[in-house]
Amino acid sequence: MAAIKVHGSPLSTATQRVLACLYEKGVDFQFVSINMAAGEHKSDNFLALNPFGQVPAFEDGDLKLFESRAITHYVAHEYADKGTQLLIPGSNKEAAVLTLWQEVEAQQFNSPSSTLAWELFYKPFFGTATDAAKVEENETKLGKVLDVYETRLSQSRYLASDYFTLADLYHLPNIQCLLATSAKKLLESRPHVNAWVKEITARPAWSKVLAMQKQ
Amino acid sequence: MALKLYGAALSPCTSRVMTCLHEKEADFELVPVDLFAGEHKQLPFLAKNPFGQIPVLEDGDLSLFESRAISVYVAEKFKETGNDLIRHQSFKEAAEVKVWMEVESQQYHPAISPIIFQFFAAPLQGKSPDQAIIDENAGKLGKVLDVYEEKLSRTKYLAGDFYSLADLFHLSFTYYFMKTPCADLINERPHVKAWWEDISSRPAFQKVASAMNFGEKMN
Repeated sequence: MAAIKVHGSPLSTATQRVLACLYEKGVDFQFVSINMAAGEHKSDNFLALNPFGQVPAFEDGDLKLFESRAITHYVAHEYADKGTQLLIPGSNKEAAVLTLWQEVEAQQFNSPSSTLAWELFYKPFFGTATDAAKVEENETKLGKVLDVYETRLSQSRYLASDYFTLADLYHLPNIQCLLATSAKKLLESRPHVNAWVKEITARPAWSKVLAMQKQ
Repeated sequence: MALKLYGAALSPCTSRVMTCLHEKEADFELVPVDLFAGEHKQLPFLAKNPFGQIPVLEDGDLSLFESRAISVYVAEKFKETGNDLIRHQSFKEAAEVKVWMEVESQQYHPAISPIIFQFFAAPLQGKSPDQAIIDENAGKLGKVLDVYEEKLSRTKYLAGDFYSLADLFHLSFTYYFMKTPCADLINERPHVKAWWEDISSRPAFQKVASAMNFGEKMN
């Protein structure tokens, strides 16, 4: 049995973030499906793994972690010599550029893209009405963030470097949601962002994550 | 060459970085950015941070923004001096620090930040604090602090029995928070309150807190 266990749901963006990282690294893992519709993520068993009652939770032997970005950071470092190189090795200065763009995802991109994904992708899925004002507000916010990305990606093939890293990977789940909604225009109307989106969503590891949704 | 930090002493994000620099006993120069003149939203500052936010750190040819990214860089660069903030000698402890750094970023900050905004920034725009926004986020923050209360009943600090960057990341926004009527959320939870009193009394933070007088100048 694999030492690594991921407890989560294939529909959860945060779970997908971790799965993408594990597939990129080519490490074996066991996926433990959490029945969110039945509230399993709020059960005592699950709360012992993540006291915030959110998926995913992660185990590697007796190490237990939660927060998808902490999990992926751990996996990328612990298994640095396996699979895709997701980090920037070398000096502290070189590594700092990766940390920077990981923070940009967390602090600038995540909030407006998550809100748009919720309003335009998940709410219709669950049959709840979309809040048009929130959509407009967050499309404006996300547009400003993507303007910065457009400039950055005209200078650098990927966000932190000229190769795919964790910083790019972090964006995949929300981007995939947005591509299935009217908000995709924000991505498609910016040529460098569009090219980057097409490249990162075409990665084989990401296709494996999407395939899990069909099981 | 000394580090240059572009920012403002009363800004919580600038203070986050300065606290980290002090913990690591690292020399730096604070280059003031005139927020009220909008300096951070124009060139040349925009060339340093295209998101138009302080702080920015320059270390020779490296230029960084995002206070948490800067703090991580400083903690790694100076890992052999000052106080150990990242537990790099234990992979398990280092992973725990990362978890609770993410908790600050993903759970704590989104709830506390709008409260700070309503009490400190909205008045500058001629608005009264929006009680609906405050109440909604106080509710969210309370639930996060319930988890903290339980964790801090088992470990002295968030990531374990050791002070780390995860605790440090909470200091500057919580400092302003404690000046608002919502401070009860911290004071009513005994382990959270004890943790707050401990981490906010650390000399490195005390050096920074004295300049965090946003709001007082406005009267």
